[in-house]
Amino acid sequence: MNSNRILEHPILEFSEGSDIPFSFDGKELVGKSGDTIASALHAAGVRVLGHHFKTGHARGFYCAIGNCSSCLMIVNGVPNVRVCVEPLKAGMVVNSQNDRGVLP
Amino acid sequence: MISIPLLIVGAGPAGLCAAYRAAEVGVDVLILDRAQKPGGQLVKQTHKFFGSEKQFASTRGIEIADILFKRLEDLPGRVELLTDATVIGFYEDGVVTAEVQGKFMKYRPEACIVATGASEKTLAFTGNDLPGVYGAGAVQTLMNEYGVRPGNRVLMIGAGNIGLIVSYQLLQAGVQVAAILDAADEIGGYLVHASKIRRAGVPILTRHTVGLAYGDEKVEHAIIHALDDEWNKIPGSEQQLDVDVICVAVGLSPLADLLWQAAVDMKYIGALGGYVPLRNSDMMTSVAGLYIAGDVAGIEEASSAMVEGEIAGISAAGRLGFSSEESHLLKKDCLQQLRQLRAGPGSEKIRTGMALAGAYV
Repeated sequence: MNSNRILEHPILEFSEGSDIPFSFDGKELVGKSGDTIASALHAAGVRVLGHHFKTGHARGFYCAIGNCSSCLMIVNGVPNVRVCVEPLKAGMVVNSQNDRGVLP
Repeated sequence: MISIPLLIVGAGPAGLCAAYRAAEVGVDVLILDRAQKPGGQLVKQTHKFFGSEKQFASTRGIEIADILFKRLEDLPGRVELLTDATVIGFYEDGVVTAEVQGKFMKYRPEACIVATGASEKTLAFTGNDLPGVYGAGAVQTLMNEYGVRPGNRVLMIGAGNIGLIVSYQLLQAGVQVAAILDAADEIGGYLVHASKIRRAGVPILTRHTVGLAYGDEKVEHAIIHALDDEWNKIPGSEQQLDVDVICVAVGLSPLADLLWQAAVDMKYIGALGGYVPLRNSDMMTSVAGLYIAGDVAGIEEASSAMVEGEIAGISAAGRLGFSSEESHLLKKDCLQQLRQLRAGPGSEKIRTGMALAGAYV
């Protein structure tokens, strides 16, 4: 599941980190402590974070620093969360967003 | 409403250096940064810096972030740094609003330094909204901050320093780089970086660009092609590359939203990345007491961002009545350092742009 994790690196050391369980579109996934929602999803092989509300095109992140809003998802029922900068927490319920979002 | 002497927006290289120089002469400083930790984009720069010793040459960016942050302790002025703190509004009456760790806050600073950095540009091509088309900064964030590989095989667009450095970092992370493309005639980045990558077997194709990305809801293939003198596609030059990431390293533009809100005089200067604030040699904008430093003042490198930060910090402190014989000398030295950093033949564009923006050149 975490095959995209870098285990060996000439300069950086990535500690193992504790497991952070969360769900994505009803599937149970596991991230690592220190992850954002987007990094945990990417490590688990998930690239499509939602679909554009008008064109239906698949959306992924682009900037990964909270600038571009390409990565909006529904987190714990709250839409339009920029998952590239949102720290992952245990038990989070993350869902794809395919519309403009409805406030809870 | 909280009244404060000096607010700095952004805890990257420019903001942290500004805070240091202002607190050094006794100014209390509040720094707000929207990220979860200070350092700005330094926290993902695993390469060693160029420049001179004063700008931490031959130290890795990730280490510089730590050095700049740690030296803010035990200064005559107190530095408070709040992370997860996004500045959202600049008002005519000088009030600044922010969302600080989930709370709405209002500040009235006597002086302010905006050091918000830059955002990544993108490139127009068919399929550029597919998941897997990532900015170069995003690729760095993913692999160097979170330890996650962006993909298995990457096509890099842009042979400037960012494109070259990120390509090398991809190789270090065990990711293949299929090719580096640049529409220009020549490699834009330092040749020392380019040679390292070429030695690793990665082709650098100048006068090439990407025309199409496609795949099932994610990047699976890219079609690249050569460009003629007018940057038009040369028919028959198309090649298909099987890649799962297209990394876009075509430059940055100043993240100047707050400056627009503050109604400072802005000017479009292509050489500096887009609309930039006009400034004087103190790094002050057309709004009295509002200073700028780093990429928001014009796209350059972290080295010059640090020096601009120092100048803005010293100048803002001076405006607040805090200065010393040493700080005057230091400012002169900083201006000299900027001149040196921008002295090379490769910096001609920057020099022209900076002159147009009102900077000391």
